[in-house]
Amino acid sequence: MYPSSFDYHAAGSVQEALALLAQYGDDAKLLAGGHSLIPVMKLRFAAPAHLIDIGRIPALSAISDGGANVHVGATARHADVAASPIVRTRVPLLAEVTAHIGDPLIRNMGTIGGSIAHADPAADLPAAMLALGASLVLAGPSGTRTVAADDFFTDVFTTALQPGEMLTEVVVPVPGAGSGAAYEKLPDPASGYAIVGIAVQLQVRDGAIASVRVGMTGLGPMPMRLAGVESALAGTAASTAAIAAAAARAGDGLSFDDDVRGSAAYKLNIARVYVRRALVRAMAASAG
Amino acid sequence: MATTSEPGASLIGASVKRKEDQRFITGKGRYTDDVTLPGQTYAAFVRSPHANATINRIDASAALAMPGVHAVLTGADMQAAGVNPIPPGWLHPGIKIAEFRALAVGRVSHVGNAVAVVIAASPSIARDAADLVDVDYTDHPAVADAVAALAAGAPQVHPDAPGNVVFNWQLGDAAAVDAAMAGAKSVVRQHLVNQRLIANAIEPRASLANYDAAADELTLYVTSQNPHVHRLIMGAFVLGIPEHKFRVIAPDVGGGFGSKIFIYPEECVVAWASKTLGRPVKWTATRSESFLTDAHGRDHSTDVEMAFDDAGTIVALRVKTVANLGAYLTLFAPAVPTYLYGTLMSGQYNIPAIHVDVTAAYTNTTPVDAYRGAGRPEATYALERTMDVAARQLGLDPAELRRRNLIAPDAFPFQTAVALQYDSGNYEPALDKALALIDYPARRAEQAAGRAAGTHIGIGLSAYIEACGLAPSHIVGSLGAQAGLYESGVVRIHPTGKVTVLTGSHSHGQGHETTFAQIVAQELGCTIDDVEIVHGDTGRVPFGMGTYGSRSGAVGGAALFGSLQKVKDKGRRIAAHLLEAAPEDVDFAGGNFFVKGSPSRTKSFAEVSLAAYLAHNLPPDMEPGLEATTFFNPSNFVFPFGVHIAIVEVDTETGHVTLQRYLAVDDFGNVINPMIVDGQLHGGIAQGAAQALWEGAQYDSNGQLLTGSMMNYGLPKAAFLPMFETDRTVTPSPVNPLGVKGAGEAGTIASTAAVANAVLDALSPFGITHLDMPLTPARIWSAIHGSHGGN
Repeated sequence: MYPSSFDYHAAGSVQEALALLAQYGDDAKLLAGGHSLIPVMKLRFAAPAHLIDIGRIPALSAISDGGANVHVGATARHADVAASPIVRTRVPLLAEVTAHIGDPLIRNMGTIGGSIAHADPAADLPAAMLALGASLVLAGPSGTRTVAADDFFTDVFTTALQPGEMLTEVVVPVPGAGSGAAYEKLPDPASGYAIVGIAVQLQVRDGAIASVRVGMTGLGPMPMRLAGVESALAGTAASTAAIAAAAARAGDGLSFDDDVRGSAAYKLNIARVYVRRALVRAMAASAG
Repeated sequence: MATTSEPGASLIGASVKRKEDQRFITGKGRYTDDVTLPGQTYAAFVRSPHANATINRIDASAALAMPGVHAVLTGADMQAAGVNPIPPGWLHPGIKIAEFRALAVGRVSHVGNAVAVVIAASPSIARDAADLVDVDYTDHPAVADAVAALAAGAPQVHPDAPGNVVFNWQLGDAAAVDAAMAGAKSVVRQHLVNQRLIANAIEPRASLANYDAAADELTLYVTSQNPHVHRLIMGAFVLGIPEHKFRVIAPDVGGGFGSKIFIYPEECVVAWASKTLGRPVKWTATRSESFLTDAHGRDHSTDVEMAFDDAGTIVALRVKTVANLGAYLTLFAPAVPTYLYGTLMSGQYNIPAIHVDVTAAYTNTTPVDAYRGAGRPEATYALERTMDVAARQLGLDPAELRRRNLIAPDAFPFQTAVALQYDSGNYEPALDKALALIDYPARRAEQAAGRAAGTHIGIGLSAYIEACGLAPSHIVGSLGAQAGLYESGVVRIHPTGKVTVLTGSHSHGQGHETTFAQIVAQELGCTIDDVEIVHGDTGRVPFGMGTYGSRSGAVGGAALFGSLQKVKDKGRRIAAHLLEAAPEDVDFAGGNFFVKGSPSRTKSFAEVSLAAYLAHNLPPDMEPGLEATTFFNPSNFVFPFGVHIAIVEVDTETGHVTLQRYLAVDDFGNVINPMIVDGQLHGGIAQGAAQALWEGAQYDSNGQLLTGSMMNYGLPKAAFLPMFETDRTVTPSPVNPLGVKGAGEAGTIASTAAVANAVLDALSPFGITHLDMPLTPARIWSAIHGSHGGN
């Protein structure tokens, strides 16, 4: 399939990319790994007149350890994130989730910033951003701002990014001692996207759950935290009984519909099962 | 193993690595889309977004105004130019044939039905311009489901097929079945849906036509499994171009699974457009077009009734099927749910009375035709799924129920109650071998222990038979085929003794360049690198019926074998003449002719080849040259059979199925290249398992395809599958000199039922007797929890 014709611009810097965005406005799209944008262009669901390639901007793909936080540049490719010793040792949940994305070809091209900014409601990384309590650095015409992941995903394929802004960096807090994490995903057999994906980051202190964040993807219009599960667990003794009780609240505040992927009852069930499985594994990891 | 071999080594039965893979894996394959001709233009099709609509008006003015657009052509243009509709290749008495025009005239009958074509200087201009062609439709109610299409008051797909009936076809003795059912101890009844599938060959369909006005000759490169059939039908019936002015080339073709047998609208349009415009015209399908316009497969709704006596012996079988053939009849469509289906209903079993009743329906969907296995997977699924349902109902182990009903080894040739005569077979050893290799008692014990501990293992058997090696021409002719199904093979020996083979078989993944070379090297005592296999070009190969129905080895290979005997025989007479011996005193072995009893009196095959072409010293009255042609017409089908066993685990919390083990014991007769046969089997098993677990085309009630991409149509991935275990029994086929049977479809034919049976076996503690495919987690979970009154 052939996309509509477009002009291609290779930005040499974030400033240049922002200037091009300002110049072309709604007629422009940023191109990073291209693994979400190019398919929709080939299907002619999108026909931007201008593509601004940010994949050539030096240092925009850097991964660094800042002590309290790990910084991942927006154009870091999934394969590099998953293999990064910094990511693997300091924020292992991010490495685990990233390894679930697509297949090796996709992971070799797709970028962390592209996936997060695209905000597919069944993508893996947004669930990780929520569970990790990550922050997203957005550059715009009037400077940069930082938005918490909790405030970033606002609707179906919709984020806090404003026209003229671009995502430049993902800032991930490094979990403290006694932390454990897990990502449990039921992939759609056709697309590989999550029918449900549950990312858990928790911390156990003195046998009790000191903090827990649960990010869910796949079953809602956008990635979201499961507040009912988190509140049921927070401060309780770390036990399988507590996990079971918390997992039963996976559907709190959510509504499910019957569709080709299954009935509403089935979706509620897999939400609960996958929350429980992720919590069990995260808890076990916290002890290790 | 190297691709070369020592002269004289036994090559039949050797796992020689595929000669063709070197070019494929280094990106040097030459596919239709790789061919570029001077002045080439590009076609893009305007397709109906409606499933059933009247075309009021086509306004191409905006498209024609685009720079780079050469033409916009419509069905009316084609009709005015005298281009005929595309005919089906198989007829039944009373069949209602809807006019299938390459570009629709007046009416469209499925989403994706081609309405117009844009020819332009580049693919993107063609696509942009196609989007500007304004077609005004009046949309009508549509019907996508075949059972719904046959119901009273259903939307009418074609005015000349009342009630949407294409034909009703029956086989067997209805009265005998009625009588046996009435006297039976028990009758097992099951309704089964064999869902619609989409073939998804890795290479999308493509065609490139080039009309040479000086020679008045048309050349068509096309993704075809049978270029001579393309030439015959397109030339003689659609375009009106005689064979000597029409060359069809199917170069490297990246898979077909049946979907590239048929004559499609697009290749007819580009061929005609090239002649009309005097320029080469190329079209390559997008994957979206593949989903919408490649012929789909299967789509049966079936009721099976199987009657037993009190010993668990089948006394009668009644099968009633509604087959969805889509909007138009493509080449093999009428044969697939009839002669390739009903005739297989005896399976491996001695069933004295069988009656099969098939009603084929038109619907507002993509045409349905042969897809890997073509009728035989449907028959095997109906029979083998019902055998498992019956075993459960009768309280018998499924392996034991099958064993009790197998045709005895001394009953061959065995006349079934559904027309076929099985020439050979010995079924119990394959069953025994499969059960032994899987250690069936141990697996059943494991299953029982697991159930007590809350894990749910399922064991599924599928004992299949297929009829392939299509086909005895006189038989298929009497059954409505509009062509014979023989095959040709030319063996051309060059003066140096090197060999060119021209075969009417067509390789689109099967590995003929290797297996056919093995046959030649074995027979002539040369190496396989001394042999070139030429196929897929009507300008080089005299004639051919192509590759489908697992026919290349059994029919094309047999034709090749016949020609090899002819050149050897002539070579023997030349050698005898040169050695001053009687021909009957000359033997041939290891690439040398020699006088019996005097092994030093010898002439190599190359020396004899040279002598044949020098012609300085040939026997009197012998023509120079060394070349032979054979048309092999098989006397019967070949009948591969086997037993496949799948083991699955069902996660009852989520409904997720893990395919843990898959064992296949097959009887393909003699095997030329075990590695290639295993590869064929592996791919087939993956496809068949995918039907059981993941694949399924879905339409909404308006005839919109909901599963139009790989985002929502679940093709099998390597990670979903275990390492397959294969083994064989060997019962050579008596109907061809190689003793081979077909192996290309068996995996698909057997595996769907094996995997489905395994899942349903795992679910038996929940009181679930049957679920329709694909057995998705959601469907399984809902069945489990539905049976418990919800969770």
